[in-house]
Amino acid sequence: MNFPAELKYTKDHEWFKDLGNDTALVGITDFAQSELGDLVFINLPQVGDEVIADESFCDVESVKAVSDVMSPCTGVIEEVNTELEDEPQLLNEDPYGAWIARIRDISACGELMSADEYEAFVQK
Amino acid sequence: MKLIFEKGAPGQHLSLMPPCDVPEVTLSRPRTEPLNLPHVSETELTRHYTALAKRVHGVNDGFYPLGSCTMKYNPKINEDMAALFSQIHPLQPEETVQGCLEVLHESEKLLGEITGMDAMTFQPAAGAHGEFTGLLLIKAYHARRNDAARTKIIVPDSAHGTNPASAVMAGFTVVNIPSGEDGCVDVEALRGAVGPDTAGLMLTNPNTVGIFDRNILEITRIVHDAGGLCYYDGANLNAVMGVVRPGDMGFDVIHLNLHKTFSTPHGGGGPGSGAVGCKEFLRCFLPGPVVTRDEAGYHLTVPEHSIGRVKDFYGNFSVVVKALTYILTLGREGIPEAARNAVLNANYMMKRLSEKYAMAYAGPCMHEFVMTLQDLKDATGCSAMDIAKGLLDHGIHPPTMYFPLIVHEALMVEPTETESQETMDEVCRVFLDLWDLAHQNPQALHDAPTRTPVRRLDEVGAARNPVLRYTGE
Repeated sequence: MNFPAELKYTKDHEWFKDLGNDTALVGITDFAQSELGDLVFINLPQVGDEVIADESFCDVESVKAVSDVMSPCTGVIEEVNTELEDEPQLLNEDPYGAWIARIRDISACGELMSADEYEAFVQK
Repeated sequence: MKLIFEKGAPGQHLSLMPPCDVPEVTLSRPRTEPLNLPHVSETELTRHYTALAKRVHGVNDGFYPLGSCTMKYNPKINEDMAALFSQIHPLQPEETVQGCLEVLHESEKLLGEITGMDAMTFQPAAGAHGEFTGLLLIKAYHARRNDAARTKIIVPDSAHGTNPASAVMAGFTVVNIPSGEDGCVDVEALRGAVGPDTAGLMLTNPNTVGIFDRNILEITRIVHDAGGLCYYDGANLNAVMGVVRPGDMGFDVIHLNLHKTFSTPHGGGGPGSGAVGCKEFLRCFLPGPVVTRDEAGYHLTVPEHSIGRVKDFYGNFSVVVKALTYILTLGREGIPEAARNAVLNANYMMKRLSEKYAMAYAGPCMHEFVMTLQDLKDATGCSAMDIAKGLLDHGIHPPTMYFPLIVHEALMVEPTETESQETMDEVCRVFLDLWDLAHQNPQALHDAPTRTPVRRLDEVGAARNPVLRYTGE
C-alpha cells in the first residue's frame, strides 16, 4: 500500500495535493481503490461546480457498488480529468496519478491527515 | 452456445400462425428494410429456450437465499388463476370487464388491510417505480399546500440504493443520515436533520440488515412533527405481513413488491408490480384511473388531483391476479404464519452459521441476516465473492453480496418461509464446509465455480465493455 508523503488525506480515503494559490488536485487513495475493487464507471463533477468540504462531489462505481467521493475542501471545480470517463481503471492502476479534479478558490478544508497519520488510520 | 440469431437458416419459420382476426391496414410509411429476426423452426426455437432454461437457476431448481429479494416459492395455482384472464383487452368497455375491476378493488381492500393503508394504485411496474410514484404523491401533497420549501427527503445510509435514486428522480434533494451501531436509525441524527425543508423520510422496517427498528413510532413522529411525510419501502414486508402494519407504524405512503412478498415470479424481468398504498388524505393524488364502486358496479375513475398516469392502463394486471390468489389461498391465518416462518427460518440459519461465520449484527434477526466475511478474507484471502462462487458448485444460488454497503464483505441471507428444515440443514453444511475449505485450500475457492455451465465470469469486462444487443458480428 502506497502513501506518498507530499499528499494530505481524508478519513474518507481521498487524497489532496496542494498546488499553491488556493488550488489543489484531488483523487482517491490506493487504499480506497483496493477496497472498492475494479472500477468500471466514474460520474465526474462539472467544471464550475461549487464543492463543499466533506460533501460528495463525484461518485465511482465498481462491480460491487457505487460509492460517493467526498471533497476534501470547499472551492470551485477548475478542471476534471476526463480521461477517467473512458478509462476508469486508471483509478485502480495509478490512484495518485489519476487525479479526479482540480479545485480552485479553496476557502476551507476538512480534516486532513499526513501520510503517516493516514497510514496509521487505515491500519486500524 | 449459439445465440438464436446464429441458428436456423432463411426460410425456416413457424408454420402455426393463427388466422388474422383483425382488419389489415396499409402503413403510410412502410418499412424499407426487413426486420432482423431469427429464421428458425418451432422445433429449433423450443429447443433453444429449453437449453437456456436448463442453464439457469430459479427457485424451482434449488435454494435461492438472495437477501432482500424474497425468492419464495410461487404457488402454481397463481398461474392457473392468471390464465383465466388471458382473453381480455385493456381497452374493453368497463361493463364487460367488471370481474377484472373487482380483482383490482378486492386486492386494494385486502392489501390495504395488511398494510394499514386506505387507497392503492397498481400502476407502478416494480419497486423503484413504486418509490418514484409514492414520492410524487408526497410532492403533490406539499405543492397543494403551497409549501414549496419542502425539498428534502431523508434516507438512512443503510437504505436500498433505489431510495435516494428515486428521490432525486422525483426532484428532491437527498439527506443521508447514519445508522446507529445496531443498524437502526440514529434518532438524534434524525432529529437534527428534520426541519421546515423536510418533505419526507424513506424507510424500510425491518431495515436492510434484518432488524426491526423499535424506535419506529418515535421516528415517524419526529418527521410528522417537522411537517414531513413518512414513506415505507415494502421491500421487507415479508417479515411482518399480517403481524404489524406500516400504517400503524406511522407511515403515510408505501410501496409493495407484489412480486416478492405476494409470490409472483421475479428476477430476470418479472414482470413485477410495485403497488403504492396511501392514507386517506393522499388518495386524491393517486395516479389514475383507480377502481371505484357504486350500486351500478365497478368504475374506472381518475382521482381529483391525480399526479397522472405512471404506466399505461392498470399496471401489470396478471401479477395482481396472482398476488390476490396468494392472499386468498393463505387467508387471515396463513399470511402472518408465512411471516413468522420466514423469521424463524432466518434465525435458524443465522444460529447454525454463527458456529463459524461472523454476523454483522447480534441476533435475533427478522426475515434475513447479514454476515461479514472481513475476518475470513483477512485470514485466508477468500472473500465473500469466493464463498458465493463456491456455493454455485453445490447448486445453491448465492446470497446477496456486498450489500448493504455499511457492512464489509457482506453476505445477506434470506431463506424465506418456503424452505424446509432439511434444505436449510444441507445448505448450512455447505456453508460451513466452504469455510473450512477457505482455510485448507483457498485456491480451490478462488477457482470456483467449476461445475457450472460457465466458469467465473469477467464481471469487470462485462461492466466496462457491455455488449447489449446482437449486431451480426
